[in-house]
Amino acid sequence: MARNFFTLMRSSAPTATAVSGANQSGPTTTPPPPPNIKEDADAGVHLDPTLEAVRHEITEELDMALQLRQVSAFYGSFQAIDNMSMPIPRNRVTALIGPSGCGKSTLLRCFNRMNDLIPGARVEGEIEFEGRNLLDPAMDAVEVRRRIGMVFQKPNPFPKSIYENVAFGARINGYSGDMDRLVEESLRRAALWDEVKDELDKSGLALSGGQQQRLCIARAIAVQPEIILMDEPASALDPVATLKIEDLMRELAEEYTIVVVTHNMQQAGRVSDYTAFLLAGEERVGRLVEFGPTQDIFTNPLDQRTEDYITGRYG
Amino acid sequence: MAAQAPDGPQQDTVRSLLAELWRDRLQPSRPGSGRETPVGRLIHGALFLTATLSAFVTIGIVLVLIFETVEFFREVPFLDFFGSTRWSALFAEKQFGVWALVWGTGMIALIGLAVAIPLGLMAAIFLSEYSPPRLRAIVKPILEILAGVPTVVFGYFALVSVSPVIRDIFGQDVGIYNALSAGIVVGLMIVPIIASLSEDAMRAVPRSLREGAYALGSTRMEVSLRVVLPAAFSGVVASIILAASRAVGETMAVTIAGGGNPQFGVNPLEAVQTMTAMIVQLSLGDTPTTSIEFKVLFAVAMTLFVLTLAMNIVAQWVSRRFREEYE
Repeated sequence: MARNFFTLMRSSAPTATAVSGANQSGPTTTPPPPPNIKEDADAGVHLDPTLEAVRHEITEELDMALQLRQVSAFYGSFQAIDNMSMPIPRNRVTALIGPSGCGKSTLLRCFNRMNDLIPGARVEGEIEFEGRNLLDPAMDAVEVRRRIGMVFQKPNPFPKSIYENVAFGARINGYSGDMDRLVEESLRRAALWDEVKDELDKSGLALSGGQQQRLCIARAIAVQPEIILMDEPASALDPVATLKIEDLMRELAEEYTIVVVTHNMQQAGRVSDYTAFLLAGEERVGRLVEFGPTQDIFTNPLDQRTEDYITGRYG
Repeated sequence: MAAQAPDGPQQDTVRSLLAELWRDRLQPSRPGSGRETPVGRLIHGALFLTATLSAFVTIGIVLVLIFETVEFFREVPFLDFFGSTRWSALFAEKQFGVWALVWGTGMIALIGLAVAIPLGLMAAIFLSEYSPPRLRAIVKPILEILAGVPTVVFGYFALVSVSPVIRDIFGQDVGIYNALSAGIVVGLMIVPIIASLSEDAMRAVPRSLREGAYALGSTRMEVSLRVVLPAAFSGVVASIILAASRAVGETMAVTIAGGGNPQFGVNPLEAVQTMTAMIVQLSLGDTPTTSIEFKVLFAVAMTLFVLTLAMNIVAQWVSRRFREEYE
């Protein structure tokens, strides 16, 4: 019974996408059917049949930092996300968008095994990271988290000095180089150095919200990860601080792969190169509706639901 | 019309009464605003008395202590009390060097803390960071029950269980009454204070801090020792000082197991006498209320009181001074 249910859901998702993608070229709000839509639909050669709604013709040439295959996540008996497959391109900003409760944060927390910390949570499927499945129980979650850093929704600096906040990750990972330089370098990259260089002994908690968030980014950078996950990093900040964080994301993308969860579509449009749109169905199970270059997702969505969300019809 | 006429004013009265009541609910009258009924005033007064009773009792005790202590120092010079380490209050040739007793108390408390701090902190870290919620729900109440075991039981436990082991280890010349044995059971007695209060402090550390540390590639041990424990520092230190204060004030176990030997020596295998045990000894005998032995009891009690009070003040200061605000 349960197996049938899953097969049903798995097979239904791509069909729905294809159908709505076809419909989309019809008489909808986007006036003339953009020329590349048909191309997209045709060229959607499914190299990997599990990658639904992914524009392969664009992504296949890219170097992938992560490759998700049929990832599902559960909290106890509740399924939060179902059967998501998509790539995360290297040295790009990928935004995960969608209405509340669609599983964006859950998905993000799969990438660095943060869900391991929640009792009763489990993740199925495969996330390929440098040729290995990072969801594999044999893979050391601590090592995964060292290489895939994370910045949280609410700034959470440690109740330690600014210096110690940045040095913390390096210290626990046995960094033996010049700590002062690492701290300075990390704070510079997080665009915080000039504001705090004279008060590195001050508590990280004494900084403003925006500064705290940049401190958390510096803290993540200091571990020298390959990927930085950001879970609505600017949602608790004022517009000026938000802009600074966004600029920072763009800069960081030169060296790191960035995955950002955001509620704010303008933000996704401003900062990301690629966008994944997630949506939860009636049973509150989040599914991937569409993945592609941000520009395409925003201007020519393949799926009607993506367009409805982008144009603010719900969510 | 006629039938409704009497209702009109009545309803109005009811309504205004209700309005009155509601207004009172919404804007509680301040004390002394003069709007209370006699019954209200009576209850108010009774509550005030109950609330202040313990304060009055404390003040009364302190006053008695001060009064009798002053009496004592009229007969015995201040320096004989605080300037000497020899105590022989019940002998013909009386000496009142309180340091012998303070030392005994201090030694027992230090041994107790040496036992309780590692045990208590490890228990707290386990319960807060490692234990599955269900196990914690069972273990923590049991740990807290340990705090409810009558201290006289701990005293006998020291004599019949701990001292024999000490004698097996250090040789049979060691007396059954010794500071080490008493100190160890005092330590066991205060483990729940440290474990329970430290665990509360550690669990109050926001989850977001733990997640932040895990996201940097910390192991559970690193999260516990480098993030949670330092973040809970004020609570942990306060729990330790509170436990120390309890150890200093502990009476029954040390009276039974410590031996009655007021002395100023560093060997924990010898018998000692604490301030509390001395007070027991002095007040058990048929000491006349006018005698110097009776009065010295108050001087010792005063010393003890000042000591524990100071510790409690330090504990409060530490927990305020080092408290981290996360919002």
